[in-house]
Amino acid sequence: MNIMTRRASVRVAIAAVVVGAAATVALAQTSAVEEIEKYRAALQDGNPADLWEARGEDLWKSPRGPKKVSFATCDLGQGPGVVKGAYAQLPKYFADAGRVMDLETRLVYCMVTQQGYTDADARKNPFGGPGQKSDIEALVAYVTSQSRGVKMNVALDHPKEKEAFALGEKMFVFRGGPHDFSCATCHAETGKRIRLQDLPNLMTVAGAQKAYTTWPAYRVSQGEMRTFQWRLNDCFRQQRFPDLIFTSDASIALTMYLAHNANGAAFNAPAIKR
Amino acid sequence: MRKNILLWAGAVAVAAAVVGCATAPTDVEVSRRAAAVLKDSFNAKGQAGLDRLDQDETQRLCTQYANKPLPKDVAEMIEKLNLASIKWPADGKWLGDWKNGEKIAQEGRGKQFSDDPKGPVGGNCYACHQLAPQEVSFGTIGPSLYQFGKLRGYTDEIRKYAYGKVWNADAYSACSNMPRFGHSQILSEQQIRDLVALLMDPESPVNK
Repeated sequence: MNIMTRRASVRVAIAAVVVGAAATVALAQTSAVEEIEKYRAALQDGNPADLWEARGEDLWKSPRGPKKVSFATCDLGQGPGVVKGAYAQLPKYFADAGRVMDLETRLVYCMVTQQGYTDADARKNPFGGPGQKSDIEALVAYVTSQSRGVKMNVALDHPKEKEAFALGEKMFVFRGGPHDFSCATCHAETGKRIRLQDLPNLMTVAGAQKAYTTWPAYRVSQGEMRTFQWRLNDCFRQQRFPDLIFTSDASIALTMYLAHNANGAAFNAPAIKR
Repeated sequence: MRKNILLWAGAVAVAAAVVGCATAPTDVEVSRRAAAVLKDSFNAKGQAGLDRLDQDETQRLCTQYANKPLPKDVAEMIEKLNLASIKWPADGKWLGDWKNGEKIAQEGRGKQFSDDPKGPVGGNCYACHQLAPQEVSFGTIGPSLYQFGKLRGYTDEIRKYAYGKVWNADAYSACSNMPRFGHSQILSEQQIRDLVALLMDPESPVNK
């Protein structure tokens, strides 16, 4: 990243704004988009999500909860305690719970059934904020990091897995709220932007693959490592919907729809985003 | 004998039920189930109540046809329904202040559970549209509105169209991606007039 080039480009952008003709606006905008791309590329050098991963690994391996047991007996679908490649096959149906679960739901399940937490305690702090660390976010960072490079392979074998996918597919286009927004309002066309932010077309394989394999992510603008549950919650906030309940059936169904659509792509997160 | 017939009838009914379970649920059944699961998956928060998941006729039809071509008669029905709901300004004045309109077009807050219910509430037009050329940070979900009035002519007909379109986009294009700003009480009549001025005032930067 050449700082002088970047400054020069920014000056070009500013000059174009002042001139204000349509052609130069297009030029300025292209330049601004390029600058954002350079910014994103520069971010890849160091990802603070590493800190969440390290804390999550510690949490995973340490005795926790009233029963003082670690996650060594927690089965994420690949056998007790196995984290390698587990996230790339989630969500999936778990016979012991009788339902389809995503990673966060399964972590809560293990905290309750094995570590002795109450359900309320296990899910009380799903998203971090100022002065408030979330153990779930750290655990998600660690577990997902162990699928880096692994190809997404989310099965639709069990009837409940098929059902979750079908429901997620419908929920994706469900219009509601004062603005009539659905997920599809922003994520069903290729090459569209909101302001200068590129929007993935999540109804295409390529779009779903690119988006899903780069969550969770450290959000520079928020200074937090954000999970996919957070991503869905915040999309619905902007859709003017109410508050999506953490690990709710709708959140799992939508995750199933998007994760399955991402099959075949190498998982590459925790990522870093603006 | 009669008992036997009843037994047979019962067996046939059970068999039919089993077959019914084995076949995939219909599209309508999945849609109903999805709506019900959604309703159970949210908590009311701030100004966003659970009633936001109750679809009106337009939302329900647009959801139903989201992944398939919208039949012409359904599209016409939706447009008619929404056109009838437009509240035209009583004094017949279409244009407000384009400077206020620009602020409303820039403002992205409003109606989110994280927003102050007392405001501000904007149209967030730049999220999806190009408007004034000075603003390079615009989205592309909607068409460019640069030179909206200049290209179409500064006529009452176009002023009225612009007002109606902002009030209720579905009146002109069924299942539009654009919110129905007046119909859904997102923006006030005066705010919509200000946006019409941003689009239609010859002095507005949009028309420069």
